[in-house]
Amino acid sequence: MSGVEGYMYPNEITLYWSVLIVLYPYITGLVAGAFILASLVRIFNVKAVAPTYRLALLTALAFLIVAPLPLMFHLGHPERSPEMYFTPHATSAMAMFGYVYMWYLMAVLVFEIWLDYRRDIVHLSQSTTGLKRLLYRVMTLGSDNVSPHALAIDHKVGWIVTLVGIPSAFILHGYVGFIFGSLKSNPWWNSPLMPVVFIFSAMVSGIAAVLLIYMFTAKMRKMPIDMPCVDTTAMYLFYIFILDFSLEMLDLIHRVYEADESFRTLNFMVHTKLYFSQIVLQICIGTLVPLLLLAIVQVTNLPAIIRKRIYVISGCLVQVAVFSMRWNVVIGGQLFSKSFLGYTTYKMALVTKEGLLMAIFLTLLPLAILWVLLKLLPPWPDKELAYIEAAAAPTT
Amino acid sequence: MSLFKDAGHLFRFAFLFVVAFFVFLVVRHFVVPKTFGEYGHYRAAAIGEIAAHPIHFAGHETCETCHADILDVKKAGKHAGVNCEACHGPLANHANDPSIAPPKLDTAVLCIRCHAVSAAKPKGFPQIDPAQHSGGVPCETCHQPHSPAIQTGGAK
Ligand code: HEC
Ligand code: HEC
Ligand code: HEC
Ligand code: HEC
Repeated sequence: MSGVEGYMYPNEITLYWSVLIVLYPYITGLVAGAFILASLVRIFNVKAVAPTYRLALLTALAFLIVAPLPLMFHLGHPERSPEMYFTPHATSAMAMFGYVYMWYLMAVLVFEIWLDYRRDIVHLSQSTTGLKRLLYRVMTLGSDNVSPHALAIDHKVGWIVTLVGIPSAFILHGYVGFIFGSLKSNPWWNSPLMPVVFIFSAMVSGIAAVLLIYMFTAKMRKMPIDMPCVDTTAMYLFYIFILDFSLEMLDLIHRVYEADESFRTLNFMVHTKLYFSQIVLQICIGTLVPLLLLAIVQVTNLPAIIRKRIYVISGCLVQVAVFSMRWNVVIGGQLFSKSFLGYTTYKMALVTKEGLLMAIFLTLLPLAILWVLLKLLPPWPDKELAYIEAAAAPTT
Repeated sequence: MSLFKDAGHLFRFAFLFVVAFFVFLVVRHFVVPKTFGEYGHYRAAAIGEIAAHPIHFAGHETCETCHADILDVKKAGKHAGVNCEACHGPLANHANDPSIAPPKLDTAVLCIRCHAVSAAKPKGFPQIDPAQHSGGVPCETCHQPHSPAIQTGGAK
């Protein structure tokens, strides 16, 4: 049998959880991470990162919309997916996740974005024309009450929504880790640390993604990058990354010390089939290098231009690390036989329903959605939006 | 009063949720099959539909009422535990109406379905590599399908 070494049970030879299943936790992770960054502003009052607040919310929304698509392409028959909502089974983690997803999408993200943008939406509905005006009018839900008192109420309600949103984000992404961690038949996955590791790596990837998107959009708009903002974001990235890395190492040390009956097999796998994606990409290039770079920024006094470069490089490397972490979990868990006597190989298809092209498409799709959202609901700081206010001034 | 007025837009949003929820309930009412959940987490009417499928297998007791001679041979041999229709395929229509002749079996295909060597089979199970063992000669040339063991010393 091609690609098989040693002994595999017949049902283990083909990998069924493909690259799309790698993409899925990666995307939900970005959502949870971006939202946590937004909550830093709202709940933890970290004023410095305020310029990323709206951008983080829109990023989370764009990725959340795409999050179920990898699953649908993997499973096929998307028309059956609503049945999960109509006739859910209490023992199905997937069905429960469907509700968490809906809740998080509508009651947390959309609601919070709506509250935060209401003033802008009302202004835009008065200053634009034609189809756009109609769209904004619909989004106001027919209420153009933006009196200071109404906005104050929005602010309080928004705070509560964010507060509720933090555990929701944790559940949303913790669930993905839970699915793997609770699989007692697979020693590579079965670990109660799994959900925790997933959540922390999610925060890392989400914060890094918003940092990158913020710097990129600033460049595109030819606006100066708010250095205190990116410095603070990078600082949080650094600290959370350390936590994440420690947790992953704790998991590793625990496995090494415990050395249960699966250990020899998994150890061999890490040194052969997963060597590049785990040791080289995830740990060395993706984790140690950016940690070192970010640490240098923390202890030295580098000029802004160098810091910016470091942030871009670290941000990209972090994405590599988190994506390969998902890869190593999902693909790694299917490479070895339950008999511990053999290994198989994952051959990624190119143009199939679950192939590489589809994965690339699903990675780019949220960015396209984000682009539309940015056009529709500009998240840029108030002073840059002054012209809108000026245009709206006579009518209010 | 002013609180109510200034929070009016929130009620609009909440109202959207309520509407969406009702739409969900209505759609659910129409798309979930009527008998869903009657006995368990499935469509109860499915039981009747499945029961109405035509029967394909007659069961070995039925075969044995007419083919007692075969049973006697089989009972004594190594295939005692293998059911008639495991080899002959579903024959309910033949059992109802014996004039419908059962299809002829090709032993070169049939026997290796169970006896081809595979590491996944228990060691004690008799396995052969067909190419080495018989080289394409039909198995029944040497083995009697209903009592396959070849007595050592006996005629081939
Ligand atoms: C009602 C009685 C009856 C039942 C029940 C019955 N058969 Fe038959 N079967 C016959 C008769 C009669 C023949 C044709 C007589 C013959 O040619 O030997 C026959 C012929 C056959 C033949 C073909 C013999 C040949 O020479 O080609 C096979 C094989 C066979 N039966 C298998 C089965 C199996 C398996 C079952 C159980 C699913 C079964 N029969 C049930 C009566 C029955
Ligand atoms: C291990 C597989 C196997 C099992 C089990 C088996 N048969 Fe057969 N049977 C065969 C093969 C092979 C032939 C010969 C090929 C042919 O004629 O189709 C055959 C031939 C027959 C024949 C016609 C030839 C003859 O010997 O009279 C009848 C009738 C028959 N089987 C009935 C039965 C009945 C009844 C049972 C269950 C008690 C049964 N068989 C179980 C494989 C099997
Ligand atoms: C449905 C599966 C099945 C099919 C088809 C089948 N067999 Fe068997 N065979 C068995 C089983 C089960 C045994 C009993 C094994 C045991 O004793 O543990 C057996 C035993 C035997 C033995 C005895 C081996 C020994 O221990 O001496 C021989 C020979 C044999 N089969 C030959 C055949 C031939 C020839 C055919 C094709 C006509 C055939 N088998 C088709 C399941 C099958
Ligand atoms: C040329 C005659 C011949 C043919 C054809 C033949 N066998 Fe055999 N087979 C034998 C002999 C001889 C034995 C050994 C007898 C014994 O030890 O009981 C045997 C033994 C077996 C055994 C028992 C092996 C064991 O480990 O106990 C199986 C199973 C078997 N044959 C299956 C088949 C199958 C399946 C086919 C058809 C693909 C087939 N035979 C074709 C002659 C033949």
